Amino acid sequence: MGTYILRRLIQTVIVIGLISYMCFYLMTLMPGDPVELMIQSNPRITSEDIARLRELYNLDQPAYVRYFSWAKDIMSGDLGYSRTYRVPVQELMGPRLKNTFVLSFMALLTSLLIALPFGIYSALKPGSRVDYFVNFFSFGGISIPSFWLGLMLIIIFSVQLGVLPAGGTETIGVDHESTWSFFKDRALYLILPVISLSVQQIGVFVRYIRSSMMEAMRNDFIRTAKAKGLSRFVVVWKHGFRNALIPLITIFALSFSGLFSGAILTETVFAYQGVGKLVYDSIMSNDYNVAMISFIISVSMVLLMNLLADILYGFADPRISYT
Amino acid sequence: MNLSALEPSLNSQPLSVSSDSRALVSVENLETTFYLKSGPFRAVNNISYEINKGETLGIVGESGCGKSVTSFSLMRLIERPGKITRGRFLLGGRDVLSAPESQMEEIRGGDMAMIFQEPMTALNPVLTIGFQIDEQIIKHKKCSPKEARERSIEMLKLVGIPSPESRYTNYPHQLSGGMRQRAMIAMALSCDPKFLIADEPTTALDVTIQAQILELIQKLQSQFHMSVQFITHDLGVISEVSDKVLVMYGGQMCEKAPTQTLFTSPKHPYTAALIESRPKLGQRSARLKTIEGSVPAPHELPAGCPFVNRCMRAKSECSHQKPMPTMVAPDHSVACFNPL
Repeated sequence: MGTYILRRLIQTVIVIGLISYMCFYLMTLMPGDPVELMIQSNPRITSEDIARLRELYNLDQPAYVRYFSWAKDIMSGDLGYSRTYRVPVQELMGPRLKNTFVLSFMALLTSLLIALPFGIYSALKPGSRVDYFVNFFSFGGISIPSFWLGLMLIIIFSVQLGVLPAGGTETIGVDHESTWSFFKDRALYLILPVISLSVQQIGVFVRYIRSSMMEAMRNDFIRTAKAKGLSRFVVVWKHGFRNALIPLITIFALSFSGLFSGAILTETVFAYQGVGKLVYDSIMSNDYNVAMISFIISVSMVLLMNLLADILYGFADPRISYT
Repeated sequence: MNLSALEPSLNSQPLSVSSDSRALVSVENLETTFYLKSGPFRAVNNISYEINKGETLGIVGESGCGKSVTSFSLMRLIERPGKITRGRFLLGGRDVLSAPESQMEEIRGGDMAMIFQEPMTALNPVLTIGFQIDEQIIKHKKCSPKEARERSIEMLKLVGIPSPESRYTNYPHQLSGGMRQRAMIAMALSCDPKFLIADEPTTALDVTIQAQILELIQKLQSQFHMSVQFITHDLGVISEVSDKVLVMYGGQMCEKAPTQTLFTSPKHPYTAALIESRPKLGQRSARLKTIEGSVPAPHELPAGCPFVNRCMRAKSECSHQKPMPTMVAPDHSVACFNPL
């Protein structure tokens, strides 16, 4: 098990290296660079200045040379400097990462808590009225674009009813006297983004949970369990759900990384101070350092969640061993 | 600890109230219908039989003749769109088919147990063998997990599994097919059932293992003094294990007789044809005898005798009138207008 995880971690690092180089190269193909932004903001700049600046920032070098000097800095812990925000990337990304983590984790939790009971219920009663409703709403949820849903939620709950904030992460300029009031404030700002992220996720989860559970309940050992005189509860949960869970682990783990890096639209709609919005802004303004780190975090999330899913798989299914 | 509490108590059996007081199992006019899109389909049609204490009834028939549906009906494990539409099943005098579902949990795995065809898929792959036997013992014997564990290991030893303590912690995939079927048997017998249904328990096993398992079931049957309903399509197996045989075709009973009588003087043309189509030792024939045609599809069953379109002795009334079971000798009944 230990050697398996170690091997997978090494693979992960190699993949991150390769992907980061590709991202870096693609960014150099984008029109414009930081110096061009400087040219635009300063009309009296001379062509010698431009050449000097390009040399200063190594922008005259080929892409692979620049990549390696960047990678060396990253390894030594220097993530660079954001040209847009004029702060080190660490300082900029830290709280943003935390915000996105909170948002995507809450969305995953909400989706699971809602999707599990509905998915399992409709799997146990296929063709029932509840099943039809659950299917109808899950297809609806899958089909609704999250940004549109976000806008609708803002119109209803913030503009019309005025009960929830339209955007942001927390009330600015308030000193919270207790941790509780701080959490309450943050939660208020989380509600709408979490809903708009969860609706689609619930739809997807319900479909997967339903089919996986139906599959599990069709197994011969379910009949054995019933023939043993076990109660319906034990048959459904210990024998049915326990087996249905195995294929679901991968889907849950990957959807978390999907939520994490896919929150761009939601974060933009709700002006939520997360990484997603930061990535968007940094690409639009050629803020290479920020964009690169965001890419790497997104990639790492996918790879790590994959690894986590594989490890959990080994616990859930005794037929799989990592030796 | 006190293991004697888990031993079968022979005196606790309720007195039979059925007409025949010797029969532990009595099935009367059992009828199970599947409500399919193409119309209702009677998978089991008016089946009646009795099994005495310690006796084995073999049920033979081709695939799809309703053998397994009969067993699942007795267990009340028929799922939608199927339904038991008629009949009675008395187990030790208790009417199982009209018992409330809450009592069924007690009966299934307790008074009656079942062994399945595929030991590969009939055990849960993510739970250990020990866990799967334990949970049944805990449910029915209401004992502590520790007592259940001791009982499980004892049962594993009883069915001839070597080093039962380590097998107890194994998962099904770590056991061979034969060992899995032994574990299945250990599980089925763990709560001293009075009635065991074995649904083709040896079909998925190779021949040597098959012989061992048959021997084991017979040994345990006399040890536990159970009634056994043994389902198979293999006449060789039937002749070895059963005291009497019920031959089924198209959901209906063809013939019911003591094993010896059935093999020496079959009365129903179908039974005779089945026996004829067995390969004989020491005789080499270029072609084995077969029964021409195939089992009709559910919605194509003829109005009369289900076997009419394949029968060599069919008469005109066979195709539009259902033959009813008639006694031709004591304990020997046959449903045919033109018996041999």
